[in-house]
Amino acid sequence: MSEARAIYAIWLRDIKRLWLDRARILIGLLQPALYLFVLGSGLGSVTRIAGGKGDYIQFIFPGVIGLTVLFTAVFSAVSIVFDREFGFLKEVLVAPVSRRAIAIGKSLSGSTQATVQGILILIFAPLAGVHFGFGELLGLIVIMALTGFAMTSFGVLFAARFRSTEAFPIVINGILLPLFFLSGALYPVTNLPVWLTPFVHIDPLTYGIDAMRGAALPKGLEVGPGVFVPAHVYPIWLSVAVIVAFGLVMVWLAVWQFSRAE
Amino acid sequence: MLTEPRKSLGERAPAEAAAISVENLSRRFGKLEAVKGVSFAVHPGEIFGFLGPNGAGKSTTISMLTTLLTPSGGRAEVAGHDVVRERNQVRQAIGIIFQEQALDLRLSALDNLWLHAILYGVPTARAAQRIEQGLRAVDLWDRRKEPVSRYSGGMKRRLEMARGLIHTPQVLFLDEPTVGLDPQSRYAMWDYIQRLRQEFGLTIFMTTHYMDEAEACDRIAIMDKGSVIALDSPAALKASLGGDVISLKTEHNGLALAELRERFGLEAKLAEDQLRLEVKDGGELLPRLLRELQVKILRVSLNQPTLDDVFVSLTGREMRDEGPADPRAMWMRRGR
Repeated sequence: MSEARAIYAIWLRDIKRLWLDRARILIGLLQPALYLFVLGSGLGSVTRIAGGKGDYIQFIFPGVIGLTVLFTAVFSAVSIVFDREFGFLKEVLVAPVSRRAIAIGKSLSGSTQATVQGILILIFAPLAGVHFGFGELLGLIVIMALTGFAMTSFGVLFAARFRSTEAFPIVINGILLPLFFLSGALYPVTNLPVWLTPFVHIDPLTYGIDAMRGAALPKGLEVGPGVFVPAHVYPIWLSVAVIVAFGLVMVWLAVWQFSRAE
Repeated sequence: MLTEPRKSLGERAPAEAAAISVENLSRRFGKLEAVKGVSFAVHPGEIFGFLGPNGAGKSTTISMLTTLLTPSGGRAEVAGHDVVRERNQVRQAIGIIFQEQALDLRLSALDNLWLHAILYGVPTARAAQRIEQGLRAVDLWDRRKEPVSRYSGGMKRRLEMARGLIHTPQVLFLDEPTVGLDPQSRYAMWDYIQRLRQEFGLTIFMTTHYMDEAEACDRIAIMDKGSVIALDSPAALKASLGGDVISLKTEHNGLALAELRERFGLEAKLAEDQLRLEVKDGGELLPRLLRELQVKILRVSLNQPTLDDVFVSLTGREMRDEGPADPRAMWMRRGR
């Protein structure tokens, strides 16, 4: 029981902060909008997907959700480093709760925040020419939550080691950007140069985004009047399985790393 | 209430278990031995002070007692639980106010207290009641919904006091509780600490480097370079010096030291640029010194001994010429 209430306390605190930061959440929509409509339109004029006919903005829409989920999740994880620097972490560490509960609570709150931010991106869906039904919406939310959980746990694993916020550029340049650029968010993962393919395939975000693509574009990409090709590469169940497995390994490692730091 | 310093735990009467008992506790960081095998016991309901300069090992000791740091050797029990093997029981039984604030500044006072109540498993109805009581006691009830970032240093500290008591701990740890507070806040803080002890019989363990705070403790342990060098009530510690302290500044302290030894049979201590004499009756001796001492006296003072004098007498150093504090801690304090 003490585990559950500790997880809840850690989660609740972050959600309360999220609510206080609601203005910033809206500002957080600016970056995805830039990707979608500026980068998407600009590159869309020279880029055609799926045999040269598919719409680029439609294609990157799930990628931009993936980007948002990734950044929100990892930034929520590294808030542990701020808490360490500004004192609050001590209050938690000295409470009668396990380190395991703290790490899990953090992963769940990161997942929640990433999902909320991801859902907000969906308001751009009609503008991006992306249409899906209620079932697909639920599927998308589940995939966002699972991807968010995995990425937050990945972040907690690093945050448990960092003692100061000076390490943030390493997190952003060394982890976030490679994960994003290798994920197939902005380009199809088929027909890539041979040297690039393995990197793309070991990036867990590739599977999260592929699954989101499958859910957000249920009919696929339209390549001709009434002619559709699937937008995603892997079966959705496989992508979800990869994300869940990655998430479980990461949260286990994060718990281990966090407990060890004691 | 007085007990012998360093009395071994086995000798104490088992009737009333100690609130804190520490045996040969040590902690090293690499080659540095920050705490060198300290032993002491704190009685239930006592205000026990840890006095010493920065870097003496006070904070390291408090970190071990509050389960934040694993000891390198020895053992310690708090509220009857081992600080290593029964971490969670210890954590449940103690409240802590850290030297650096540990609040979520974005959240309100109320939110901060509620999170604490959930973390410590206080049932909702009881938590609501205690949170209101606590906030009223520290005079923050009217501002309970404001983000803590708007609070002054003193208000934050009071809020932490209220928070540390939500789960009704048996032992309250205060690490330099009044550092950075204005005199009025310090006074209010002390008033509150005394009241807690009287009303709830709370045991209070505090570290400080303020002499006047140490004076207000029932017993103090003086710590220096990782060891407890004295442990007794402030009155007994001061009495151990003999009576009065005469401080002399002369034209040549070395000559004066020799002269005092040879002609007066007095053993003076040189601290900084002053000679200190611990004597039975300073009022009688001082005129004689002024008349008969060959070396020219530049300055003289006669005082009742303070805990600072006790520290000087034990170590030959002033407590206040402490080494530089942890620069990071200084930065944090300024940032608050």
